[in-house]
Amino acid sequence: MTPDSPPVLKFEHVTVSFDGQVALDDVSFEVREGDSRILFGAAGSGKTVLLKASLGLTRPDSGRIFVFGQDITLLKESQLSDIRSKVGMLFQESALFDSMTIEENVAYPLFNQKAIHCEAAEGRQKVVDALRFVELENTLAKFPSELSGGMRRRAAIARAVVTGPPLLLYDSPTAGLDPITANNIIALIVKARDASRTTTLMVTHRYQDGNLVAKFRYNLEDGRLEHVAGRDPGFDASTRFMVFREGRLVFDGTQRELEESSDPYISKFVLKRD
Amino acid sequence: MLEFLKSPIQTVQGFFILAGQALRNIIRTPHYSQDIFLQMDIIGVGSLPIVILTGFFSGAVLALQMSRALSEYGQVGRTGQVVAITLVRELGPVLTALMVAGRNSSGIASELGSMKVTEQIDAMRALGTDPVQKLVTPRLIATCTVLPLLTVIADFIGMFGGSVVAAMINIPATQYWTSVWRALGWSDVVQGLMKPFCFAFAIALVGCYYGLSTTGGTQGVGRATTQAVVVASVLVFVLTFFITKIFVSGVVNL
Ligand SMILES: Nc1ncnc2c1ncn2[C@@H]1O[C@H](COP(=O)(O)OP(=O)(O)OP(=O)(O)O)[C@@H](O)[C@H]1O
Ligand SMILES: [Mg+2]
Repeated sequence: MTPDSPPVLKFEHVTVSFDGQVALDDVSFEVREGDSRILFGAAGSGKTVLLKASLGLTRPDSGRIFVFGQDITLLKESQLSDIRSKVGMLFQESALFDSMTIEENVAYPLFNQKAIHCEAAEGRQKVVDALRFVELENTLAKFPSELSGGMRRRAAIARAVVTGPPLLLYDSPTAGLDPITANNIIALIVKARDASRTTTLMVTHRYQDGNLVAKFRYNLEDGRLEHVAGRDPGFDASTRFMVFREGRLVFDGTQRELEESSDPYISKFVLKRD
Repeated sequence: MLEFLKSPIQTVQGFFILAGQALRNIIRTPHYSQDIFLQMDIIGVGSLPIVILTGFFSGAVLALQMSRALSEYGQVGRTGQVVAITLVRELGPVLTALMVAGRNSSGIASELGSMKVTEQIDAMRALGTDPVQKLVTPRLIATCTVLPLLTVIADFIGMFGGSVVAAMINIPATQYWTSVWRALGWSDVVQGLMKPFCFAFAIALVGCYYGLSTTGGTQGVGRATTQAVVVASVLVFVLTFFITKIFVSGVVNL
């Protein structure tokens, strides 16, 4: 990674609106390779729209979006498949295909993207590995409706990471889950990030999630999360926080800056320690 | 005034764009043949019981009504002829299409609608699949294949229903079937097969269009389903009028 490599994801004055109602309002930011971003914001503040716009699923009214240095704003649907095959996304409602088993769901990205060529046996191994990664290797033949909400979320994470994409977008991975399952899922996200230096964007409502991603690193040797904040300045700088309010990006900075912010809206997202 | 017209015009435009994409995809790879066969099974085999029931009873009631009317002119013997022509030209195609519209326009709309509101359509696009190619085209091909077949089955069952009634009012079976056979010309058969083929387009595409344009959660799915059935059923009547008009005015000569 060279310092002047193009940002993995870059928004330039992006505005998105639906029927005259603004969902993203003049948003600009960039994410460098290997960095993590935590996105906070009240319901309806445009976080999901931002992630979908990064994939070209929602088109901006104005502004430009670059993914891996390529301007996707004017690309046609058929031209987007190359970029999309390099991005994994966890949708807010998991979005597993109801009519397919978990195995077929997780295998779907391997066998349906033009840019990815995968032999049947190799693909099956990858599916099993991805499901083992999220500790769901016993549910291969089950349908999404037979799993609990947390299991569905994990299966959807497996589907997002199975191709090993260099950019991962997670939309509210812990929403509506108990604290134990939620922490397990964040641990998986940290693990996916540190196993292959994946650039990660994560929308969340829980401050602890952001805190875990910012302060912990997955140790490949002993397979556990370790607290590294304050010991490696490069690591500390690699996670930044963004706060959205009614479509506008009202905060973009480090965890320390976020905790020190005196803005009442922004500080609502910070878990007070005292 | 313009505001009032905007939404129906957008609907029609969206519908034709979807129709164009679905048709174009027929000749494009990848083909999801497995999905086509699955849909044929759901739409065709699944609709068979209701098509058989409606076919039988519409043929029977037709024979009942017609034999009474014809008896006033002393022509009870021609019951078979009237039943056959009415069934093959009009009632067979229309009633079958209405049944399939009620069953499958709604089924398609609610299935695609739920996929839309649970972000599965977005996920499909994100994973490199064109939802029109994967979802709409197979349903269109399947409906266009099975609806004419279902209609033929409904026609025959209807004629059989008529023959049961004919036997009840003492028309000899040979007389009934001879008049059925004599009544039908090529033009009736062509008309009777062209209609279901056109209805199939309306049924499949209307279901898919309302499904894919669903907004507003599960409530929206309910709305899309209702609209799909209503629009598809009305379209069946509109189309049958125009197709009949073409045949009656002799544009197509057979
Ligand atoms: N497809 C759509 N059509 C119309 N409006 C939309 C659509 N998607 C999003 N919006 C609007 O855009 C705004 C932002 O929505 P978004 O889904 O990004 O919120 P969010 O930040 O993800 O909220 P939450 O935390 O509840 O998921 C909302 O006002 C929403 O109504
Ligand atoms: Mg959201």
